[in-house]
Amino acid sequence: MFTGAVGPLGIGIATLWLSLIVLLPLAALAFHSVSDGLGTFVDAITAPAALATLRITVVVSLVVAAINAVMGTVIAWVLVRDEFPGKKFVNALIDLPFALPTIVASIVLLSLYGPQSPIGVQLNATEPGLVVALAFVTLPFVVRSVQPVLIEADREVEEAAASLGAGNFTIFRTVVLPVLAPAVLGGTGLAFARAIGEYGSIVLIGGNIPYKTQVASQYIQQQIEIDRPVNAAVVSVALLVIAFVVLFVLRLVANRGLRREEDDR
Amino acid sequence: MKPSLAARLSLRFVALAYLFVLLLVPIGVILYRTFENGVVAFAESISTPAAISALNLSLLIVAIVVPVNVIFGIVVALALVRGRFPGRGLLQAVVDLPFAVSPIVVGVALIMLWGAHGWFGAVEDLGFKVIFGLPGMVLATIFVTLPFVVREVEPVLREIGEEQEQAAATLGANTWQTFWRITLPAIRWGLTYGIVLTVARALGEFGAVIMVSSGFPGVSQTLTLLVHARYIDDHNTFGAYSAATLLMAIAVIVLLLMTLLDRKRSTE
Repeated sequence: MFTGAVGPLGIGIATLWLSLIVLLPLAALAFHSVSDGLGTFVDAITAPAALATLRITVVVSLVVAAINAVMGTVIAWVLVRDEFPGKKFVNALIDLPFALPTIVASIVLLSLYGPQSPIGVQLNATEPGLVVALAFVTLPFVVRSVQPVLIEADREVEEAAASLGAGNFTIFRTVVLPVLAPAVLGGTGLAFARAIGEYGSIVLIGGNIPYKTQVASQYIQQQIEIDRPVNAAVVSVALLVIAFVVLFVLRLVANRGLRREEDDR
Repeated sequence: MKPSLAARLSLRFVALAYLFVLLLVPIGVILYRTFENGVVAFAESISTPAAISALNLSLLIVAIVVPVNVIFGIVVALALVRGRFPGRGLLQAVVDLPFAVSPIVVGVALIMLWGAHGWFGAVEDLGFKVIFGLPGMVLATIFVTLPFVVREVEPVLREIGEEQEQAAATLGANTWQTFWRITLPAIRWGLTYGIVLTVARALGEFGAVIMVSSGFPGVSQTLTLLVHARYIDDHNTFGAYSAATLLMAIAVIVLLLMTLLDRKRSTE
């Protein structure tokens, strides 16, 4: 049968639903971004304020991704290979940033690093403030992608390397890291993609200062507010393209990893 | 790899210190600030008319979004797993799309489609206000929560295969009977997990909703919008902390449910 166990009706409904909810709004957005011609698109994307906001967004997200790559791997390693009282609690804590609404993340961090900071650390409306907020909401990505790989990893190879006289650093670099690399990269990429579009967690602590701490999502929101929908649409499309490219590259890398694994067998 | 005790302890210290500074201390501070004036002040702050109306609106959106996502999520998952048709790979990619789109961009896209000057702007002339109305907030929430049910149900459907359904059909059951008696019981835990994720995200969504809401206190403010408005517009820091603590309590309940369900799923 051409359609399998689901009738053509089911397939039709599924396609229509996804089109109406997801594809049509994005199509309208893309259409709107070029509705005044390509010249306007180029002007809007090369406007100094737009370029500045995209630069801030990408730079801050790269910093956050790098922090996640290192700290996420360390946390995953400690959660898998180390034993200490309260480990289960710490493990459950990792998912908290995903469960917490982003605006709550923002206000939580503001209570510690904001104007009324009890420790006297003011990160309100600074770039480090953005980094802390984004590190908070993207924490689970690398930890949760590295953890299962570490659990599955073959420790005999590590022991063999150790018995052959390899030091810890050598073992980590030549045995452990190659196994973990795809998972670290995958988690880091997801964290980056999430960071460039993030809004709720930075809206209170970011300060929204143009050319300094205004990220792309805030710029888009502001352009809608001052009734410049084309500018908003253009920068939105730019954000979408960056996210898609990152996720596409990740899929390519993951597929290559899978193929290599199959070749090894 | 057997790191020395010193190396192991320092790694443990670094990991725990990071989590402590990033997660625990801020949450501790906000809990302290919320309850430093006593539980009564907190209770009063989350039971003002505006807060009650925000809670009601949030729950109303959840009550609309969950059934819609369940019905269409199951249909989409069935089509992706059981359907053989050209363009299935494309549909597969569209389901993941909401994860890659910034909440603000979701809001802008909805304005471009449903807003007064959008492609479907004509519905507003018919008296059906989407943007700056409840339908817009619902559409925004459906957009961001769409993948959850599909992605939790899909692997279960793939795992159970079609044999039991075919057997039921051979024995004379019609499509509905087969679905209610065979398919639905098999996917129930995956579906429940998907619903929990949907509820959590629907209650917590901020960026997409703020773009399409008029944001009037007591009318079109959800709980997340209330937190924002209290802090920014009213300079009511304590009120914002209280509302955030309420949302945090809901999130912790969700987290506990997820852990329980996860155990349930893996033991079956």
